[in-house]
Order: sequence, then structure tokens, then C-alpha cells
Amino acid sequence: MTTIACRSVIVSFDGVEVLRGVDLDVPSGGWVTVVGPNGAGKSTLLRVVARGLVASGEILLDGCPVQSLSRREVAKLVALVPQEPVIPPGMRVLDYVLLGRTAHLGFFEAEGRSDLEVATSALSDLGAAHLAGRTVDTLSGGERQRVVIARALAQESPVLLLDEPTTALDIGHQQEVLDLVDGLRSERNLTVLATMHDLTLAGQYAELLVMLDAGLVAESGSAAEVLTGEAVSRHYGVRVRVIDDEAGPIVVPVRRTT
Amino acid sequence: MNPRHAGPARLRGWWLASGGLAVLVAGIAGLVLGPADLGFGEVLVELVDRLPLVDVDSGLGERQQAIIWEIRLPRVVLGLLVGAMLATAGGAYQGVFRNPLADPYLLGVAAGAGFGATMAIVSGAGDGVGILDPVPLSAFAGALVAVTLTYLVGATGGRLDPVTSLVLSGVAVASFFTAVQTFVQQRESETIRQVYFFVLGQLRTAGWNDVTLLAPYTGVCLAVILMVRRRLDALGVGDEEAGSLGLDVRRMRLITVVAASLGTAAAVSVSGLIGFVGIIVPHTVRLLFGTSYRVILPLTVLFGGAFLVLADVVARLAVQPAEIPIGVVTAFLGAPFFVLVLRTARRAR
Repeated sequence: MTTIACRSVIVSFDGVEVLRGVDLDVPSGGWVTVVGPNGAGKSTLLRVVARGLVASGEILLDGCPVQSLSRREVAKLVALVPQEPVIPPGMRVLDYVLLGRTAHLGFFEAEGRSDLEVATSALSDLGAAHLAGRTVDTLSGGERQRVVIARALAQESPVLLLDEPTTALDIGHQQEVLDLVDGLRSERNLTVLATMHDLTLAGQYAELLVMLDAGLVAESGSAAEVLTGEAVSRHYGVRVRVIDDEAGPIVVPVRRTT
Repeated sequence: MNPRHAGPARLRGWWLASGGLAVLVAGIAGLVLGPADLGFGEVLVELVDRLPLVDVDSGLGERQQAIIWEIRLPRVVLGLLVGAMLATAGGAYQGVFRNPLADPYLLGVAAGAGFGATMAIVSGAGDGVGILDPVPLSAFAGALVAVTLTYLVGATGGRLDPVTSLVLSGVAVASFFTAVQTFVQQRESETIRQVYFFVLGQLRTAGWNDVTLLAPYTGVCLAVILMVRRRLDALGVGDEEAGSLGLDVRRMRLITVVAASLGTAAAVSVSGLIGFVGIIVPHTVRLLFGTSYRVILPLTVLFGGAFLVLADVVARLAVQPAEIPIGVVTAFLGAPFFVLVLRTARRAR
């Protein structure tokens, strides 16, 4: 069963088409990662799925056109971990994670005991329970990323959208965060749609890779199918060596010698 | 872990109690202090005497009792209502525009009310009383016209983001109304004093009529703002993220702005254009009690009311027997505070 389906999605800013007719299927319980050079439209695609942008074409969440759903209904289906989350100054971690409960509360309603339980269990699932009383703006990059993911988990949506979840992290924390997400995916039966820059990591975690270039799907398939030296050179304009490893293809940039 | 930090942000009992105490102290000061010399003890006894089933004699004469019940008490209650409304509207604006320097006059309420009041005054209609007094009615209408205009112009902002376009259209509309008001005021110089008093704000003419006129607006608007305070926290992560959390940002902003503007319009139509309360009070509360609007707004209601009542006491005692406009007092205290807020905001960055 498909959780997210995009059909001929077109988005333009100021008359320039950023997405030029993208088709994408994310199967329920799967992990799909979108890769591609800067400006290829990766983040735009995620924002469209989260209804942060209006697009032409068809976007179906659980079979329903996204435009026919209210904001609350969308938020109950997909939770977005933004690339650069806005951190309100002075807000404490627990309060920040509780914001994830917004879609479950009536307009004038406040959180109850059960919302608090959801938030604290999201924090402990990410090994961040000890951070609850800190303010978000004092956390390190790795801690902050876990807290933002905890907020998304508190939404209790079946789909997790991760926009470059590892870009701000060192390699140890990159692996840690992706392992956590993968563990949660099987534990909570989540569907993951991510964008990533690191091709090697992208290939190691995703079941399906989709490479965007200039607003179109250029390649899609398994890591071995998409991450070929030829494809990466063509779409990124870079010289790379791809090493086949049992964990997946390892993409290494090679300096141009002229 | 420190147990104080274990739970989510919420109002603590003693915070509310301290707000209540501030209201009580300000209220008693407002009843006891004034040109007519009434003893502290006598005023208290007189208050107790009015409680049901209590009968004690304060020893105050009929005239002195009337000063308490017909002059000072309505003035205190009016100060509480206006102060609470202006301060809370300021706090709500700061949240909804994510701008610490937003005040309730941001969208043109003050300029519109000033224009409306000036029109009523120069047309010689300013002599009625209570519900029939055309000055507050005209000020109220002017304020609502100005804010509505701001909203309509701001909604057509095109390429700008909605917050910026709304704030800029507020600046434009306010300048326009101020220009027209100043022009009319210059042409009709014999009423300039009356207009001047409105612009600086005063609780002087307060009677129970003003209170009963204002109370329903204040009550409803404050209640609405307090009910959306959790959503104001969610808005802190920006429009798009708040939308992805399931918040209907446009509706939320509209509801908050309508409640804050309507309440402010009602308050200034009775009290005149008292400045700075909407910035001083929410920021002081924020510095003292934390950054969550769930905490800030209820406390701002209490401290805002108390602050204005105290400012009014200063206004009528500072240069006796004359009375300085209350807007002068709030601004005199507010301007240095404004600088302080600017300085701490810069340091935090």
C-alpha cells in the first residue's frame, strides 16, 4: 500500500519551475530518500507533501488529495522535521516537544495528561529524556536534532518527513540519528521520506533512492542502481569513485587534476 | 533533575497570587490616595461595610463615601480594565507578529481613535455623557475603520510575507489618519486642548458609565486572547512550521488580531491614547516569569491592570492640584524601559 503518491507535481517560484512534473511513490513502512544537487527541488518536494507549499499536480496522502485535507488532518498524517527549525528563544525542551500535539487539540484546548505522556515517551525513545528541562536554544546540534525529531514523533503521524536530518551533524551523530530513526521506523511502523546530501549514508539507510536533478526525477531505484559513478558525475558535475561495499555503495569525491 | 523544571510551562499558583496582590495593592492605593484626604483605615472599613452581612461604621460622611464609591472606585476599575486590555493586547500582538516591540497600536488603532475623537470634538458634540457621549463612540468607530483598512491593505501584500505586509500597511494607515487628524486639529485650534487631552490619555472623567460601557468588550476580548495563548506558543516556530504542526496560522492570526484590536479600540475610546503599557507590562512579565504565552498573558492581565491604576495615582498626585495626563506617566516610565528591552534583546542574539 502506498502512503504518499505524487503525480506530475509542478511548483514554480516567480515563474521558474522548481519541480517540473515529479512522480513519487512512498510505500507504507518504507524509507525513501531523495538525493540530488543543491537546487534540484528536494526540500520543495518535502514542503509540498507537508502542504507547506501549493503545487499543481496530484499529491495523495493515504489516498486522499492533500488539498482536500485540513491542516490538522495533514499534520496527523505527516510530521515534518525541517532542515533549519525555528527555535523560539527560551523555550524549554518539554514545551517544544509538546508543540507536536497541536493537531490533536481543539482550537481553544490545552494539553492533558495523555499529551504529556506522548511527549515524554517520544523524548525517551530518542534518548533525550534528561534534556526535558533544558531550553532548546542551549542544546548542541546533535541534542537539538533529537529534540526536533521527538516533536515530530509526538505528532503520532504515520509518516516522518526528514529534510536533511544530518547536515548539521558530525559523522558519529549522523549515524546515531539515522539509526534512531530506523529503529523507530520498525518499532512504530513509520514511513520515512527524507532528503540527504551524503550519498553514501543515503544509500545505506534508504530502501529506495530517488535522484532529482533540475526539478525532474533523474534516477530511481536501489542504492546500487542509482549511485553509479556515471549518474553521480552527470547530475552533480563532479568526479567520483564509487566503491562497492557490502553495506552499500561508497561514494568518494576525487579531486580533478588538470 | 530539578523538579521545578520537570513539568511543562504553566502558571504557578504563587505567580497568580502575586499578580492578584499587585491588583489589590494598586486598587487600595487608588481608593486611598487622592486630592481629598481620606484615612487609610476609614476607607478599608468603608469597603468592608459594603460586604454582605457586615455592618460597621467607617465614620466617613456622605460626601466622602460618594468620593469612594462614585469617583475613586469606578476610576480604579476603569484603570484595571484599560490597563489589562492594553497590556494583554500588546502581549498578543508581540506573539502573533513575533516582534518584541509590537504594541496594540501597531495596526493603526491609536491613529484611528485619535481621528475619530478629534472629529467628534471639533464638531462640538463632546458634551454628552456615558453611552450618549459621542467622543468615545466616534473614537471607537475610527479605530475599527483604521484596523480594518490595515487588514484589507495588508491582505493584498503580494510578494511580501503576511506579517511584514500587515505591519507596513499599519504604518501607512496610521500615518494617514494621523495626518488627517493633525490637519483638522490645526484648523480648529479652539478645541486643541480637548484633543490634546485625548491624545495623551486620561482616566479623569471616569464614572460607572464608562466602566459598564467598556467591561463587556474587555471581558470577551481578554477571554478570547487567553484561550488562544497556547497557540501563540506554537506560532513561535514560524508560520510554515506551525502550519506543519496543524495550526491554521491565518485563522489564528485573524482571531487574535481581531480580539486584541477590538479590545484596544474599546479601551482607548474611553481612556484616550495611553502609550507604552502594551510594551512595558508583557516584557516585564516575560523577564520575570518566562517566555511561554501560557504564563505571560494571564499575568499580564493582572499586572497590566495594577500598573495602570498605580500610574493613575502618580498622575493625580505628582503636581497637585493639577493632574498630569496618564500617558505622560506611562511613557516617562516606559521610555527607559524600552531602551532596556532593546539592550537585552541584542545581548540575547
